[in-house]
Amino acid sequence: MTLEIFLQNAANGITLGSLYALLAIGYTMVYGILRLINFAHGEIFMISTYFAFYGTAIFALPWQVAFVVAIVLTALLGVVIERAAYRPLRDAPRISALISAIGVSFLMANLGLVIFGGRPKTFYRPPIFQVPIELGGVRVVALFFVIPLLTAILLVALNYIVYKTKTGLAMRAAQWDFDTTRLMGVDVDRAISITFAIGSALAAVGGIMWGLRFAEINPNMGLFPGLKCFIAAVFGGIGNISGAVLGGFILGFGEIMLVAFLPGLAGYRDAFAFVVLILILLVRPTGLLGDKQRVKV
Amino acid sequence: MLELKDIQVYYDGIHAIKGVSLTVPQGALITLVGSNGAGKSTLLRTICGLKRPSSGELRFKERNLLDMSVTRIVQMGISMVPEGRQIFPDLTVMENLRLGAFTRTDQDEIARDQERVFSLFPRLKERASQKGGTLSGGEQQMLAIARGLMARPSLLLMDEPSLGLAPILVEEVFRVIWEIHREGVTLLLIEQNAQAALAIADYGYVMESGSIVLQGKGEDLLHDEAVRRAYLGQDIGA
Repeated sequence: MTLEIFLQNAANGITLGSLYALLAIGYTMVYGILRLINFAHGEIFMISTYFAFYGTAIFALPWQVAFVVAIVLTALLGVVIERAAYRPLRDAPRISALISAIGVSFLMANLGLVIFGGRPKTFYRPPIFQVPIELGGVRVVALFFVIPLLTAILLVALNYIVYKTKTGLAMRAAQWDFDTTRLMGVDVDRAISITFAIGSALAAVGGIMWGLRFAEINPNMGLFPGLKCFIAAVFGGIGNISGAVLGGFILGFGEIMLVAFLPGLAGYRDAFAFVVLILILLVRPTGLLGDKQRVKV
Repeated sequence: MLELKDIQVYYDGIHAIKGVSLTVPQGALITLVGSNGAGKSTLLRTICGLKRPSSGELRFKERNLLDMSVTRIVQMGISMVPEGRQIFPDLTVMENLRLGAFTRTDQDEIARDQERVFSLFPRLKERASQKGGTLSGGEQQMLAIARGLMARPSLLLMDEPSLGLAPILVEEVFRVIWEIHREGVTLLLIEQNAQAALAIADYGYVMESGSIVLQGKGEDLLHDEAVRRAYLGQDIGA
């Protein structure tokens, strides 16, 4: 493998890793506060791409506007799903909410098939992202720089919200115990809604960039990225935001490199994540950066 | 200041509070003693809105608390130091204190209160950037009390603040409670250490399986034979 090809693959890996990281954060944030794997997260990601698609294709909005509207709508969708499907089960056994999450996932994927149609749609790709850029002998389009850069900016912003603002403090407190957090005067329901809004907005950014990168969207596209990013979150240590980012990057990078170095295994690229999952569960079930499981009292 | 009238609470289908009436006048230190499972904690949780009574009246500063959210009740000036401390173990001491002042926006006054709790508990200042979970049991209790004070409450509810502490720390906790009381904060104190609680309280209530069975001045209860037998572990003859 020449250096150019390696660098080309590295750019691919970093890009995919960024997208996985953005999606994995939603799983880990929701788990952190509700102890719930939001299986509908992959479908939230899928629907965000359709919001953006309809914005540009049907409503003929300028792409900048369409993308922002799609992100806002997706954030609202996440909040609505929590209200409708998870909040009524807040005091029920945890398995009930999990089943509800799986139900929402199926519901949205199938509603997508009915409403959007099964045939893939072509995602609008603004030319500005396709400008070729040459760096160190490698020619890639601008998008390969935009995706990691935007991801980095969002991670900094997220870090600021979670660790420097009152809202973030409320979210982190609620992760420990709802009643004690309420006694501080925190509106826990609001903190949970904000968590869903942030996670879903990040999934929307990932979804839109996914559309820009791969050009095609379909109602089943949430399934594999959703599963892989759930694995990324578990791999990094579920509940831990840095862990989800790390897990997302390792999974995305690893998947691309597996195909690059072992082309014979290219057909197994989707299996890669699951092998990683099995290994991490065997070796370090709490994930790379996960704490020892702490039991809520 | 706080008035409960014939409060009835069901907890998981159990009739946990059976018609409790109780008054906490402004500036007073009131204690509620009784054995485990008498319903003391449930009563405190009802006052701050975490549990809702099936009937009865609950008033604070002449306002009805029953249709207020917990957040609203905290804003009204009721703060609780919960049983088992319940500090946030993954947050720093500073962040725990900031949560205590969550509903407040008066930054200057918050900073002043922070200095005040640090002077009350110098150990917390030393450990300001440490995570709550790394503190010792005694320090965690101090943090829980400090956090409760950060709301600048007019009524502070304390649920078993001396539970599980070494005798020297129990003494320290009661010294602090007395200090807070002297500064003018109204206190409703639940204690299993009935002796110490009644000794400093203006007025005491004795609770048994969901009802108030006895009440009176702290000192009088302290010398009441029934109370001594049941809660102070002393035989009359002794």
